[in-house]
Amino acid sequence: MTNTHKTLHNTTHKDSAHKHMRPPGRTPHNESRVRKSIRLYLHYVSVNIRCMMQYKTSFFLTALGQFLVSFTAFLGVFFMFQRFSRVEGFTYSEVLLCFSIMLMEFSLAEMFARGFDQFSGMVRSGEFDRVLVRPQSEIIQVLGSKFELTRFGRMLQAVVMFVYGIIRSGIAWNLSKVLTVIFMLIGGTAVFTALFLVYAALCFFTLESLEFMNIFTDGAREFGKYPVGVYGEKMLLFSTFFVPYALIQYYPLLYILDRRTHPVYMFLPLLACWFLIPALMFWKFGVRHYKSSGS
Amino acid sequence: MKKYLSFFRLRFAMGLQYRAAALAGVATQFAWGFMEIMIFRAFYRADPASFPMSFSATVSYLWLQQAFLALFAAWMMENEIFDSIVDGNIAYELCRPVDLYNMWFSRSIATRLSRAVLRCFPILIVAAFLPKPYGITPPASPGHFLLFLVTMILGLLMTVSLCELIYILAFFTISPAGLRLMFDSAADFFAGALIPLPFFPEKMRQVMELLPFASMQNVPLRIYGGSMTGYEMQKAVFLQVFWLAAITFTGKVLCLLAQRRVTVQGG
Repeated sequence: MTNTHKTLHNTTHKDSAHKHMRPPGRTPHNESRVRKSIRLYLHYVSVNIRCMMQYKTSFFLTALGQFLVSFTAFLGVFFMFQRFSRVEGFTYSEVLLCFSIMLMEFSLAEMFARGFDQFSGMVRSGEFDRVLVRPQSEIIQVLGSKFELTRFGRMLQAVVMFVYGIIRSGIAWNLSKVLTVIFMLIGGTAVFTALFLVYAALCFFTLESLEFMNIFTDGAREFGKYPVGVYGEKMLLFSTFFVPYALIQYYPLLYILDRRTHPVYMFLPLLACWFLIPALMFWKFGVRHYKSSGS
Repeated sequence: MKKYLSFFRLRFAMGLQYRAAALAGVATQFAWGFMEIMIFRAFYRADPASFPMSFSATVSYLWLQQAFLALFAAWMMENEIFDSIVDGNIAYELCRPVDLYNMWFSRSIATRLSRAVLRCFPILIVAAFLPKPYGITPPASPGHFLLFLVTMILGLLMTVSLCELIYILAFFTISPAGLRLMFDSAADFFAGALIPLPFFPEKMRQVMELLPFASMQNVPLRIYGGSMTGYEMQKAVFLQVFWLAAITFTGKVLCLLAQRRVTVQGG
């Protein structure tokens, strides 16, 4: 099965490289690098989706499974709040709002950056050698190696919870709050993508994916359903200055819920994007130290 | 019987080789358990009166859950078995003079035990030395501890026999990914892996305790902390034995059916 995937992937790519990459009357030099990369990435995405649609039943079952997995996580929260009315001052609908935004951020990142999540396989099979010899950015190629559309099942669950949370929490929405949510989605996707990037870069040194890193990705999704402040002072410090979970979840949430009014809370999620910089540096460092593992 | 024992020995010895993986696992489980405890502490501080079991019993439950994760986690299935069904290597197994069901059973138990043996002690020892409300407390009584060990073995057998059902169903569905995801999330939820069963509303809990999933980790972990009465414990052990017999029987019958109509994939 994997073999057919690979060949399908490569041939379609090659064909279109002739068709799309050099449109008539335009040499590749005229096109900026960024635009070319985006075009290539979108092409990778479309190949991935078409690939996946060859196995429609499997696709829908997996999407349904993804939905159910996060649905049981929701049930966990639901039943805890049948017993308790609030936790550290947050009500049920406020926690749902927090949970759903975190879940959307995570699913978006997983959809786009799944290639990094599965990177250990690429290193071990020697596939990464082939990536390195192609005249394109290796990040784009790894990103494009997998586009996980099945995560839309999880996304759907998050959206349903989000709508419910909005209706129940009785927040007076205004432009700045809507913007805050959008910033949270951008910042959160960036933070989780950065974490996947670190996770992948570690494979250059260990060849295996490190189980411990799961606590920062899956663990953050799991425990991020409650506002970070719930976990105590020290955890809040850690997630403000080390891995900026609090910037994409706790502080902007306080702004949305009118617990904080200073506009700086609105922009904190965008600030969290800084986390991509060390992650990218670590990745570059890893690529430079990459020794092929053979195949 | 002898051949299944050697399958067991082989797998067990193999599992013990992965020490670096076990170390990473211990660290992960430790962080996970710590975060879980922090959530329950926040709920406890919000409303101690609504807590269905004592805080220290809850903490013990969570630490034991992390320490013995490999025994009870339904999602820790053997990928090799699924792969062999999907890629057709199962044909070799079918040629051998062994019973498929029993072989998978001994293999799974060996893998789970070897993982648990490597991981449980560091977690238990550190958890025992943690400051008062956050550490694991000694068992309620020597009798409770004995019953904890017995029900833990029953719980392990129960987990493996449920997983066997999924392996066998893979014969019928070919692509087991969706089925697995659904089973994993249902098992986690009903077994009390997500939140311990006592935290559910009363009526819901009563129904959930009757389901086979409750016979996995729920029984031993709750007996250890002494949060079950004598009658409840009797009922729980009886249910464990009943479900174990029923599920194993179902699995064996399904396995025979599957082998009769097996289609070997690939070549």
